[in-house]
Amino acid sequence: MPDRSTENRASLMGWAFVAPALTLLGIFMAYPILWSLYMSFQTGKGMNFKFGGFANIIRLTQDPVFLRALSNTMLFLVIQVPIMLILALLFAAALNNPKLRGRAILRTAIFLPCVTSLVAYSVLFKSMFAIDGIVNDTLMTLHIVAEPIRWMIDPFWAKVLIIMAITWRWAGYNMVFYLAAMQNIDPSIYEAARIDGVPARARFFKITIPMLKPVILFTTVLSTIGTLQLFDEVNTITASQGIGGGPADSTLTLSLYIYNLTFRFMPSFGYAATVSWVIVILVGILSWVQFQVAKDR
Amino acid sequence: MSLTSKLTSLLMQAALWLAAFISVFPFYWMIAGATNTANDITGGKFTLGSNLIPNITKFFELVDVPRIFFNSFFVAIAGTFFTLAISSLAGYGFEIFRSKTRDRVFGGLLLMLSVPFAAMMIPLFVMFSAAGIMNTYLAIILPGVASIFMIFYFRQNTKAFPSELRDAARMDGLKEWQIFIKIYIPVMRSTYAAAMIILFMTNWNAYLWPLIVLQTNEMKTIQLVVASLATAYTPDYGLIMVANVLATLPTILVFFLLQRRFVEGMLGGVK
Repeated sequence: MPDRSTENRASLMGWAFVAPALTLLGIFMAYPILWSLYMSFQTGKGMNFKFGGFANIIRLTQDPVFLRALSNTMLFLVIQVPIMLILALLFAAALNNPKLRGRAILRTAIFLPCVTSLVAYSVLFKSMFAIDGIVNDTLMTLHIVAEPIRWMIDPFWAKVLIIMAITWRWAGYNMVFYLAAMQNIDPSIYEAARIDGVPARARFFKITIPMLKPVILFTTVLSTIGTLQLFDEVNTITASQGIGGGPADSTLTLSLYIYNLTFRFMPSFGYAATVSWVIVILVGILSWVQFQVAKDR
Repeated sequence: MSLTSKLTSLLMQAALWLAAFISVFPFYWMIAGATNTANDITGGKFTLGSNLIPNITKFFELVDVPRIFFNSFFVAIAGTFFTLAISSLAGYGFEIFRSKTRDRVFGGLLLMLSVPFAAMMIPLFVMFSAAGIMNTYLAIILPGVASIFMIFYFRQNTKAFPSELRDAARMDGLKEWQIFIKIYIPVMRSTYAAAMIILFMTNWNAYLWPLIVLQTNEMKTIQLVVASLATAYTPDYGLIMVANVLATLPTILVFFLLQRRFVEGMLGGVK
Protein backbone atom coordinates (compact mmCIF):
# COMPACT_ATOMS: atom_id res chain seq x y z
CA MET A 1 0.00 0.00 0.00
CA PRO A 2 1.61 3.25 -1.12
CA ASP A 3 -0.17 5.29 1.57
CA ARG A 4 1.35 3.35 4.38
CA SER A 5 4.89 3.55 3.03
CA THR A 6 4.72 7.35 2.61
CA GLU A 7 3.38 7.55 6.14
CA ASN A 8 6.29 5.47 7.45
CA ARG A 9 8.74 7.49 5.45
CA ALA A 10 7.33 10.73 6.86
CA SER A 11 7.51 9.32 10.36
CA LEU A 12 11.11 8.28 9.86
CA MET A 13 11.89 11.74 8.46
CA GLY A 14 10.30 13.30 11.53
CA TRP A 15 12.56 11.32 13.84
CA ALA A 16 15.59 12.19 11.72
CA PHE A 17 14.94 15.90 12.15
CA VAL A 18 14.45 15.76 15.91
CA ALA A 19 17.08 13.07 16.64
CA PRO A 20 20.14 15.33 17.13
CA ALA A 21 18.30 17.56 19.58
CA LEU A 22 16.75 14.64 21.46
CA THR A 23 20.11 12.88 21.74
CA LEU A 24 21.78 15.98 23.16
CA LEU A 25 18.87 16.71 25.51
CA GLY A 26 18.97 13.13 26.69
CA ILE A 27 22.67 13.27 27.52
CA PHE A 28 22.96 16.82 28.85
CA MET A 29 19.56 17.28 30.44
CA ALA A 30 17.41 14.22 31.12
CA TYR A 31 20.31 12.07 32.32
CA PRO A 32 21.77 14.76 34.64
CA ILE A 33 18.31 15.44 36.09
CA LEU A 34 17.76 11.78 36.91
CA TRP A 35 21.31 11.40 38.16
CA SER A 36 21.01 14.33 40.55
CA LEU A 37 17.77 12.84 41.88
CA TYR A 38 19.69 9.62 42.52
CA MET A 39 22.63 11.55 44.00
CA SER A 40 20.35 13.25 46.49
CA PHE A 41 19.95 9.91 48.25
CA GLN A 42 23.72 9.42 48.49
CA THR A 43 25.95 10.67 51.26
CA GLY A 44 29.70 11.09 51.58
CA LYS A 45 32.43 13.52 50.66
CA GLY A 46 34.26 13.84 47.38
CA MET A 47 33.74 10.85 45.11
CA ASN A 48 33.01 8.34 47.90
CA PHE A 49 29.28 7.79 47.80
CA LYS A 50 27.11 5.46 49.76
CA PHE A 51 23.37 5.10 49.91
CA GLY A 52 22.04 7.34 52.63
CA GLY A 53 18.28 7.04 52.28
CA PHE A 54 16.66 10.14 53.68
CA ALA A 55 19.81 11.23 55.52
CA ASN A 56 20.24 14.28 53.29
CA ILE A 57 16.66 15.36 53.78
CA ILE A 58 17.03 15.07 57.55
CA ARG A 59 20.27 17.03 57.31
CA LEU A 60 18.39 19.81 55.45
CA THR A 61 16.04 20.39 58.35
CA GLN A 62 18.95 20.70 60.78
CA ASP A 63 21.23 22.83 58.62
CA PRO A 64 21.01 26.49 59.69
CA VAL A 65 22.89 27.66 56.57
CA PHE A 66 20.40 25.90 54.28
CA LEU A 67 17.46 27.33 56.22
CA ARG A 68 18.96 30.79 55.91
CA ALA A 69 19.52 30.37 52.16
CA LEU A 70 15.94 29.12 51.80
CA SER A 71 14.44 32.00 53.77
CA ASN A 72 16.59 34.57 51.92
CA THR A 73 15.53 33.15 48.55
CA MET A 74 11.85 33.13 49.53
CA LEU A 75 12.13 36.67 50.87
CA PHE A 76 13.61 37.86 47.56
CA LEU A 77 10.81 36.06 45.74
CA VAL A 78 7.93 37.37 47.85
CA ILE A 79 9.10 40.98 47.92
CA GLN A 80 11.00 41.52 44.69
CA VAL A 81 8.78 39.76 42.12
CA PRO A 82 5.56 41.66 42.97
CA ILE A 83 7.35 45.03 43.13
CA MET A 84 9.01 44.43 39.78
CA LEU A 85 5.90 43.16 37.99
CA ILE A 86 3.67 45.95 39.29
CA LEU A 87 6.26 48.53 38.20
CA ALA A 88 6.49 46.87 34.78
CA LEU A 89 2.71 46.89 34.45
CA LEU A 90 2.49 50.59 35.42
CA PHE A 91 5.25 51.53 32.98
CA ALA A 92 3.57 49.58 30.20
CA ALA A 93 0.16 51.13 30.89
CA ALA A 94 1.66 54.62 30.86
CA LEU A 95 3.73 54.01 27.74
CA ASN A 96 0.80 52.46 25.90
CA ASN A 97 -0.80 55.91 25.70
CA PRO A 98 -0.19 57.07 22.10
CA LYS A 99 -0.51 60.72 23.13
CA LEU A 100 2.45 60.49 25.51
CA ARG A 101 5.36 62.63 24.39
CA GLY A 102 8.80 60.99 24.17
CA ARG A 103 7.24 57.56 24.19
CA ALA A 104 9.91 55.83 22.09
CA ILE A 105 12.80 57.30 24.08
CA LEU A 106 11.19 56.40 27.41
CA ARG A 107 10.48 52.86 26.27
CA THR A 108 14.02 52.30 25.00
CA ALA A 109 15.54 53.82 28.15
CA ILE A 110 13.52 51.69 30.56
CA PHE A 111 14.20 48.56 28.48
CA LEU A 112 17.95 49.23 28.18
CA PRO A 113 19.07 47.65 31.51
CA CYS A 114 18.27 44.16 30.25
CA VAL A 115 21.01 44.24 27.59
CA THR A 116 23.67 44.27 30.31
CA SER A 117 25.09 41.02 31.54
CA LEU A 118 24.26 40.11 35.11
CA VAL A 119 27.93 40.40 35.99
CA ALA A 120 28.33 43.83 34.37
CA TYR A 121 25.39 45.47 36.09
CA SER A 122 26.27 43.82 39.39
CA VAL A 123 29.66 45.51 39.23
CA LEU A 124 28.03 48.86 38.48
CA PHE A 125 25.72 48.51 41.48
CA LYS A 126 28.59 47.43 43.69
CA SER A 127 30.50 50.60 42.85
CA MET A 128 27.53 52.99 42.98
CA PHE A 129 26.49 51.73 46.41
CA ALA A 130 29.97 51.95 47.96
CA ILE A 131 29.94 53.50 51.41
CA ASP A 132 31.16 56.92 50.16
CA GLY A 133 29.65 56.29 46.74
CA ILE A 134 27.38 58.22 44.45
CA VAL A 135 24.11 56.90 45.93
CA ASN A 136 24.97 57.74 49.53
CA ASP A 137 26.32 61.12 48.40
CA THR A 138 23.07 61.91 46.62
CA LEU A 139 20.89 60.71 49.51
CA MET A 140 22.85 62.88 51.94
CA THR A 141 22.83 65.93 49.68
CA LEU A 142 19.06 65.62 49.39
CA HIS A 143 18.88 65.22 53.21
CA ILE A 144 17.05 61.92 52.88
CA VAL A 145 19.54 60.28 55.24
CA ALA A 146 21.89 61.89 57.76
CA GLU A 147 24.56 59.20 57.67
CA PRO A 148 25.75 57.01 54.82
CA ILE A 149 23.81 53.74 54.55
CA ARG A 150 26.06 50.71 55.02
CA TRP A 151 24.72 48.93 51.96
CA MET A 152 27.11 46.03 51.83
CA ILE A 153 27.86 45.72 55.55
CA ASP A 154 24.39 45.79 57.08
CA PRO A 155 22.39 42.56 56.48
CA PHE A 156 19.10 44.42 56.02
CA TRP A 157 20.42 46.98 53.52
CA ALA A 158 22.33 44.29 51.64
CA LYS A 159 19.01 42.57 50.93
CA VAL A 160 17.42 45.88 49.93
CA LEU A 161 20.33 46.50 47.57
CA ILE A 162 19.92 43.10 45.89
CA ILE A 163 16.16 43.68 45.49
CA MET A 164 16.74 47.12 43.95
CA ALA A 165 19.40 45.76 41.61
CA ILE A 166 17.24 42.91 40.28
CA THR A 167 14.30 45.27 39.85
CA TRP A 168 16.48 47.67 37.86
CA ARG A 169 17.65 44.88 35.58
CA TRP A 170 14.31 43.15 34.91
CA ALA A 171 11.42 45.65 35.20
CA GLY A 172 11.91 46.91 31.65
CA TYR A 173 12.21 43.36 30.34
CA ASN A 174 8.80 42.43 31.76
CA MET A 175 7.37 45.75 30.62
CA VAL A 176 8.02 44.79 27.00
CA PHE A 177 5.88 41.65 27.37
CA TYR A 178 3.01 43.71 28.82
CA LEU A 179 3.34 46.42 26.18
CA ALA A 180 3.18 43.85 23.37
CA ALA A 181 0.09 42.27 24.94
CA MET A 182 -1.59 45.66 25.45
CA GLN A 183 -1.06 46.51 21.83
CA ASN A 184 -2.98 43.37 20.92
CA ILE A 185 -6.08 44.54 22.79
CA ASP A 186 -8.67 45.88 20.37
CA PRO A 187 -8.83 49.68 20.90
CA SER A 188 -12.58 49.67 20.21
CA ILE A 189 -13.11 47.94 23.59
CA TYR A 190 -11.58 50.97 25.34
CA GLU A 191 -13.54 53.29 23.07
CA ALA A 192 -16.82 51.62 24.01
CA ALA A 193 -15.92 51.76 27.72
CA ARG A 194 -15.04 55.44 27.44
CA ILE A 195 -18.37 56.22 25.76
CA ASP A 196 -20.15 54.35 28.54
CA GLY A 197 -18.37 56.63 31.01
CA VAL A 198 -16.05 54.08 32.59
CA PRO A 199 -13.23 56.00 34.34
CA ALA A 200 -9.58 55.38 33.41
CA ARG A 201 -8.75 53.50 36.61
CA ALA A 202 -11.68 51.13 36.15
CA ARG A 203 -10.73 50.61 32.50
CA PHE A 204 -7.27 49.54 33.69
CA PHE A 205 -8.56 47.08 36.31
CA LYS A 206 -11.62 45.81 34.44
CA ILE A 207 -10.24 45.59 30.90
CA THR A 208 -6.44 45.75 30.76
CA ILE A 209 -5.62 43.44 33.69
CA PRO A 210 -8.07 40.63 32.73
CA MET A 211 -6.94 40.79 29.11
CA LEU A 212 -3.30 40.52 30.20
CA LYS A 213 -3.86 37.56 32.49
CA PRO A 214 -1.98 35.00 30.34
CA VAL A 215 1.06 37.30 30.02
CA ILE A 216 0.99 38.18 33.71
CA LEU A 217 0.95 34.46 34.50
CA PHE A 218 3.80 33.85 32.05
CA THR A 219 6.00 36.60 33.53
CA THR A 220 5.16 35.54 37.09
CA VAL A 221 6.21 31.95 36.42
CA LEU A 222 9.35 33.11 34.59
CA SER A 223 10.32 35.53 37.37
CA THR A 224 9.68 32.88 40.01
CA ILE A 225 11.98 30.42 38.26
CA GLY A 226 14.59 33.16 37.79
CA THR A 227 14.51 34.32 41.39
CA LEU A 228 14.67 30.79 42.79
CA GLN A 229 17.92 30.40 40.84
CA LEU A 230 19.37 33.76 41.85
CA PHE A 231 23.16 33.49 41.71
CA ASP A 232 25.17 36.04 39.69
CA GLU A 233 24.12 39.11 41.67
CA VAL A 234 24.71 37.70 45.13
CA ASN A 235 28.01 36.24 43.98
CA THR A 236 29.14 39.68 42.80
CA ILE A 237 27.39 42.64 44.47
CA THR A 238 27.48 41.36 48.03
CA ALA A 239 30.67 39.33 47.61
CA SER A 240 33.89 40.21 49.33
CA GLN A 241 37.24 38.49 48.86
CA GLY A 242 35.67 36.20 46.30
CA ILE A 243 32.98 34.80 48.58
CA GLY A 244 29.41 35.73 47.74
CA GLY A 245 26.21 36.01 49.73
CA GLY A 246 27.55 38.39 52.37
CA PRO A 247 27.46 40.02 54.81
CA ALA A 248 27.27 37.02 57.17
CA ASP A 249 25.20 34.97 54.67
CA SER A 250 22.43 37.57 54.71
CA THR A 251 22.12 37.38 50.90
CA LEU A 252 23.03 33.71 50.52
CA THR A 253 20.64 32.04 48.06
CA LEU A 254 19.91 28.38 47.37
CA SER A 255 21.86 28.39 44.09
CA LEU A 256 24.86 30.00 45.74
CA TYR A 257 24.71 27.48 48.57
CA ILE A 258 24.69 24.63 46.05
CA TYR A 259 27.71 26.20 44.36
CA ASN A 260 29.49 26.54 47.71
CA LEU A 261 28.69 22.96 48.71
CA THR A 262 30.01 21.67 45.40
CA PHE A 263 32.98 23.84 44.63
CA ARG A 264 33.96 25.92 47.65
CA PHE A 265 33.84 23.50 50.54
CA MET A 266 34.93 19.86 50.57
CA PRO A 267 32.61 18.65 47.80
CA SER A 268 29.44 17.13 49.10
CA PHE A 269 27.67 16.23 45.86
CA GLY A 270 24.84 14.21 47.36
CA TYR A 271 23.80 16.89 49.79
CA ALA A 272 24.19 19.64 47.15
CA ALA A 273 21.96 17.63 44.82
CA THR A 274 19.34 17.42 47.56
CA VAL A 275 19.38 21.22 47.88
CA SER A 276 19.01 21.53 44.11
CA TRP A 277 15.92 19.33 44.24
CA VAL A 278 14.46 21.70 46.80
CA ILE A 279 14.55 24.30 44.01
CA VAL A 280 12.95 21.87 41.54
CA ILE A 281 10.14 21.11 43.98
CA LEU A 282 9.64 24.80 44.81
CA VAL A 283 9.44 25.67 41.08
CA GLY A 284 6.89 22.89 40.61
CA ILE A 285 4.70 23.87 43.56
CA LEU A 286 4.80 27.60 42.89
CA SER A 287 4.11 27.25 39.15
CA TRP A 288 1.16 25.00 39.96
CA VAL A 289 -0.22 27.47 42.52
CA GLN A 290 0.19 30.34 40.06
CA PHE A 291 -1.67 28.41 37.35
CA GLN A 292 -4.50 27.62 39.79
CA VAL A 293 -4.82 31.24 40.88
CA ALA A 294 -4.92 32.38 37.26
CA LYS A 295 -7.55 29.77 36.40
CA ASP A 296 -9.92 30.74 39.21
CA ARG A 297 -10.10 34.42 38.45
CA MET B 1 -9.25 67.83 30.52
CA SER B 2 -9.96 68.62 34.17
CA LEU B 3 -7.29 70.02 36.44
CA THR B 4 -6.84 66.80 38.47
CA SER B 5 -6.45 64.59 35.42
CA LYS B 6 -3.95 67.09 34.01
CA LEU B 7 -2.03 66.93 37.27
CA THR B 8 -2.04 63.11 37.32
CA SER B 9 -0.80 63.00 33.77
CA LEU B 10 1.97 65.44 34.64
CA LEU B 11 2.96 63.39 37.70
CA MET B 12 2.92 60.23 35.64
CA GLN B 13 5.21 61.78 33.06
CA ALA B 14 7.60 62.95 35.76
CA ALA B 15 7.68 59.43 37.21
CA LEU B 16 8.40 57.94 33.79
CA TRP B 17 11.27 60.32 33.12
CA LEU B 18 12.69 59.60 36.56
CA ALA B 19 12.49 55.84 35.83
CA ALA B 20 14.18 56.42 32.47
CA PHE B 21 16.93 58.42 34.19
CA ILE B 22 17.51 55.68 36.78
CA SER B 23 17.59 53.10 33.99
CA VAL B 24 20.19 54.93 31.92
CA PHE B 25 22.35 56.49 34.64
CA PRO B 26 24.39 53.33 35.41
CA PHE B 27 25.47 53.25 31.73
CA TYR B 28 26.77 56.80 32.04
CA TRP B 29 28.32 55.86 35.39
CA MET B 30 30.20 53.03 33.70
CA ILE B 31 31.62 55.31 30.98
CA ALA B 32 32.52 58.05 33.46
CA GLY B 33 34.08 55.41 35.70
CA ALA B 34 36.38 54.25 32.91
CA THR B 35 37.93 57.74 32.96
CA ASN B 36 38.33 57.97 36.73
CA THR B 37 40.59 56.46 39.39
CA ALA B 38 39.34 53.73 41.72
CA ASN B 39 39.21 56.16 44.66
CA ASP B 40 37.22 58.69 42.68
CA ILE B 41 34.69 56.05 41.66
CA THR B 42 34.01 54.68 45.13
CA GLY B 43 34.09 58.29 46.37
CA GLY B 44 31.10 59.06 44.16
CA LYS B 45 32.71 61.21 41.44
CA PHE B 46 30.42 61.18 38.43
CA THR B 47 32.09 63.73 36.18
CA LEU B 48 34.52 62.61 33.50
CA GLY B 49 38.12 62.32 34.68
CA SER B 50 41.51 62.04 33.01
CA ASN B 51 42.46 58.52 34.03
CA LEU B 52 41.18 56.71 30.93
CA ILE B 53 44.58 55.90 29.40
CA PRO B 54 46.11 54.63 32.66
CA ASN B 55 43.01 52.48 33.26
CA ILE B 56 43.22 50.98 29.78
CA THR B 57 46.95 50.40 30.10
CA LYS B 58 46.57 48.71 33.46
CA PHE B 59 43.75 46.51 32.17
CA PHE B 60 45.83 45.38 29.18
CA GLU B 61 48.83 44.71 31.42
CA LEU B 62 46.83 42.65 33.88
CA VAL B 63 44.72 40.69 31.44
CA ASP B 64 45.45 39.10 28.07
CA VAL B 65 42.66 41.13 26.47
CA PRO B 66 42.82 39.82 22.87
CA ARG B 67 42.75 36.25 24.13
CA ILE B 68 39.84 36.91 26.51
CA PHE B 69 37.88 38.54 23.71
CA PHE B 70 38.62 35.71 21.36
CA ASN B 71 37.29 33.30 24.00
CA SER B 72 34.11 35.28 24.51
CA PHE B 73 33.41 35.75 20.81
CA PHE B 74 34.29 32.19 19.90
CA VAL B 75 32.05 30.69 22.57
CA ALA B 76 29.17 33.06 21.81
CA ILE B 77 29.32 32.62 18.04
CA ALA B 78 29.91 28.87 17.96
CA GLY B 79 27.29 28.33 20.67
CA THR B 80 24.76 30.42 18.76
CA PHE B 81 25.47 28.69 15.46
CA PHE B 82 25.11 25.13 16.75
CA THR B 83 22.09 25.95 18.89
CA LEU B 84 20.34 27.51 15.87
CA ALA B 85 21.14 24.51 13.68
CA ILE B 86 20.11 21.76 16.11
CA SER B 87 17.09 23.53 17.58
CA SER B 88 15.61 24.76 14.30
CA LEU B 89 15.93 21.25 12.82
CA ALA B 90 14.01 19.87 15.78
CA GLY B 91 11.40 22.65 15.83
CA TYR B 92 10.78 22.07 12.13
CA GLY B 93 10.60 18.31 12.59
CA PHE B 94 8.14 18.51 15.48
CA GLU B 95 5.80 20.80 13.55
CA ILE B 96 5.98 19.47 9.97
CA PHE B 97 6.00 15.75 10.73
CA ARG B 98 3.29 15.56 13.36
CA SER B 99 2.71 12.23 15.09
CA LYS B 100 1.16 11.25 18.41
CA THR B 101 4.41 9.90 19.82
CA ARG B 102 6.41 12.96 18.82
CA ASP B 103 3.76 15.28 20.25
CA ARG B 104 4.06 13.40 23.53
CA VAL B 105 7.86 13.68 23.46
CA PHE B 106 7.47 17.41 22.84
CA GLY B 107 5.13 17.68 25.84
CA GLY B 108 7.82 15.97 27.91
CA LEU B 109 10.37 18.54 26.74
CA LEU B 110 8.13 21.39 27.85
CA LEU B 111 7.92 19.77 31.27
CA MET B 112 11.74 19.68 31.47
CA LEU B 113 11.86 23.36 30.57
CA SER B 114 10.98 24.28 34.14
CA VAL B 115 13.74 22.21 35.76
CA PRO B 116 16.32 24.74 36.93
CA PHE B 117 19.93 24.52 35.85
CA ALA B 118 21.00 24.02 39.47
CA ALA B 119 19.61 20.48 39.35
CA MET B 120 21.80 19.53 36.38
CA MET B 121 24.91 21.43 37.36
CA ILE B 122 26.54 18.82 39.61
CA PRO B 123 26.04 15.76 37.35
CA LEU B 124 27.20 17.83 34.36
CA PHE B 125 30.30 18.83 36.28
CA VAL B 126 31.03 15.21 37.22
CA MET B 127 30.35 14.01 33.65
CA PHE B 128 32.60 16.62 32.07
CA SER B 129 35.39 15.99 34.57
CA ALA B 130 35.22 12.26 33.89
CA ALA B 131 35.26 12.89 30.12
CA GLY B 132 38.37 15.04 30.61
CA ILE B 133 36.97 18.01 28.71
CA MET B 134 36.90 20.56 31.52
CA ASN B 135 38.46 23.91 30.66
CA THR B 136 37.63 23.61 26.94
CA TYR B 137 35.38 25.61 24.61
CA LEU B 138 33.43 22.43 23.92
CA ALA B 139 32.53 22.10 27.59
CA ILE B 140 31.06 25.61 27.75
CA ILE B 141 29.02 25.20 24.58
CA LEU B 142 27.78 21.62 24.74
CA PRO B 143 25.09 21.70 27.48
CA GLY B 144 23.29 24.62 25.83
CA VAL B 145 23.29 23.43 22.22
CA ALA B 146 19.95 21.64 22.33
CA SER B 147 17.76 24.34 23.82
CA ILE B 148 14.17 23.40 24.63
CA PHE B 149 13.16 27.04 24.56
CA MET B 150 14.58 27.45 21.05
CA ILE B 151 12.95 24.23 19.81
CA PHE B 152 9.67 25.59 21.12
CA TYR B 153 10.33 28.96 19.49
CA PHE B 154 11.07 27.40 16.09
CA ARG B 155 8.10 25.09 16.32
CA GLN B 156 5.79 28.02 17.00
CA ASN B 157 7.21 29.99 14.09
CA THR B 158 7.10 27.03 11.70
CA LYS B 159 3.30 27.22 11.93
CA ALA B 160 3.61 30.33 9.75
CA PHE B 161 5.72 28.52 7.12
CA PRO B 162 3.42 28.17 4.06
CA SER B 163 2.73 24.52 3.20
CA GLU B 164 2.32 25.43 -0.50
CA LEU B 165 6.06 26.12 -0.61
CA ARG B 166 6.76 22.64 0.69
CA ASP B 167 4.34 21.04 -1.76
CA ALA B 168 5.83 22.93 -4.71
CA ALA B 169 9.36 21.97 -3.68
CA ARG B 170 8.35 18.32 -3.44
CA MET B 171 6.82 18.49 -6.91
CA ASP B 172 10.19 19.78 -8.12
CA GLY B 173 11.72 16.63 -6.65
CA LEU B 174 13.57 18.19 -3.72
CA LYS B 175 14.41 15.88 -0.84
CA GLU B 176 13.28 16.70 2.70
CA TRP B 177 16.68 17.95 3.85
CA GLN B 178 16.96 20.05 0.69
CA ILE B 179 13.57 21.62 1.41
CA PHE B 180 14.83 22.50 4.89
CA ILE B 181 18.08 24.04 3.70
CA LYS B 182 17.04 25.63 0.39
CA ILE B 183 13.49 26.73 1.17
CA TYR B 184 12.83 26.82 4.92
CA ILE B 185 15.97 28.61 6.11
CA PRO B 186 15.81 31.44 3.53
CA VAL B 187 12.07 31.95 4.03
CA MET B 188 12.39 31.98 7.81
CA ARG B 189 15.45 34.22 7.94
CA SER B 190 13.78 36.83 10.19
CA THR B 191 12.89 34.08 12.66
CA TYR B 192 16.53 32.98 12.60
CA ALA B 193 17.75 36.56 13.00
CA ALA B 194 15.63 37.15 16.09
CA ALA B 195 16.72 33.84 17.63
CA MET B 196 20.34 34.58 16.77
CA ILE B 197 20.28 37.87 18.67
CA ILE B 198 18.79 36.33 21.81
CA LEU B 199 21.23 33.41 21.71
CA PHE B 200 24.25 35.62 21.14
CA MET B 201 23.27 37.75 24.14
CA THR B 202 22.65 34.72 26.35
CA ASN B 203 25.94 33.09 25.38
CA TRP B 204 27.94 36.31 25.62
CA ASN B 205 26.54 37.05 29.08
CA ALA B 206 26.77 33.52 30.51
CA TYR B 207 28.42 33.31 33.90
CA LEU B 208 27.61 30.35 36.17
CA TRP B 209 28.41 27.43 33.86
CA PRO B 210 31.60 28.98 32.44
CA LEU B 211 32.64 29.74 36.02
CA ILE B 212 32.35 26.03 36.82
CA VAL B 213 33.98 24.75 33.64
CA LEU B 214 36.84 27.19 33.05
CA GLN B 215 39.82 26.85 35.30
CA THR B 216 42.72 28.71 33.75
CA ASN B 217 43.12 32.43 33.05
CA GLU B 218 43.76 32.03 29.34
CA MET B 219 40.42 30.25 28.86
CA LYS B 220 38.30 32.81 30.75
CA THR B 221 35.57 34.84 29.08
CA ILE B 222 35.21 38.59 29.62
CA GLN B 223 32.33 38.06 32.10
CA LEU B 224 34.50 35.88 34.31
CA VAL B 225 37.33 38.40 34.14
CA VAL B 226 35.03 41.25 35.19
CA ALA B 227 33.60 39.20 38.05
CA SER B 228 36.96 38.08 39.37
CA LEU B 229 38.38 41.63 39.18
CA ALA B 230 35.33 42.97 41.02
CA THR B 231 35.34 40.49 43.88
CA ALA B 232 39.05 40.93 44.64
CA TYR B 233 40.11 42.15 48.07
CA THR B 234 40.56 45.74 46.88
CA PRO B 235 38.86 46.00 43.49
CA ASP B 236 40.41 48.58 41.14
CA TYR B 237 37.22 50.05 39.74
CA GLY B 238 39.01 52.20 37.16
CA LEU B 239 40.21 49.25 35.14
CA ILE B 240 37.09 47.24 36.00
CA MET B 241 34.97 49.91 34.32
CA VAL B 242 37.12 49.66 31.19
CA ALA B 243 36.56 45.90 31.24
CA ASN B 244 32.87 46.44 31.88
CA VAL B 245 32.47 48.79 28.93
CA LEU B 246 34.11 46.21 26.69
CA ALA B 247 31.94 43.43 28.13
CA THR B 248 28.75 45.39 27.50
CA LEU B 249 29.58 47.03 24.15
CA PRO B 250 28.77 44.05 21.87
CA THR B 251 25.32 43.50 23.36
CA ILE B 252 24.50 47.23 23.33
CA LEU B 253 25.54 47.45 19.68
CA VAL B 254 23.40 44.45 18.79
CA PHE B 255 20.50 45.99 20.67
CA PHE B 256 20.66 49.40 19.00
CA LEU B 257 21.30 48.08 15.52
CA LEU B 258 18.61 45.42 15.65
CA GLN B 259 16.15 46.68 18.25
CA ARG B 260 12.99 45.47 16.52
CA ARG B 261 14.30 41.97 15.88
CA PHE B 262 15.60 41.87 19.43
CA VAL B 263 12.14 42.45 20.88
CA GLU B 264 10.64 39.99 18.38
CA GLY B 265 13.05 37.30 19.56
CA MET B 266 12.29 38.00 23.18
CA LEU B 267 8.56 37.76 22.64
CA GLY B 268 8.94 34.89 20.19
CA GLY B 269 8.06 32.07 22.54
CA VAL B 270 4.85 33.67 23.81
CA LYS B 271 3.10 34.15 20.49
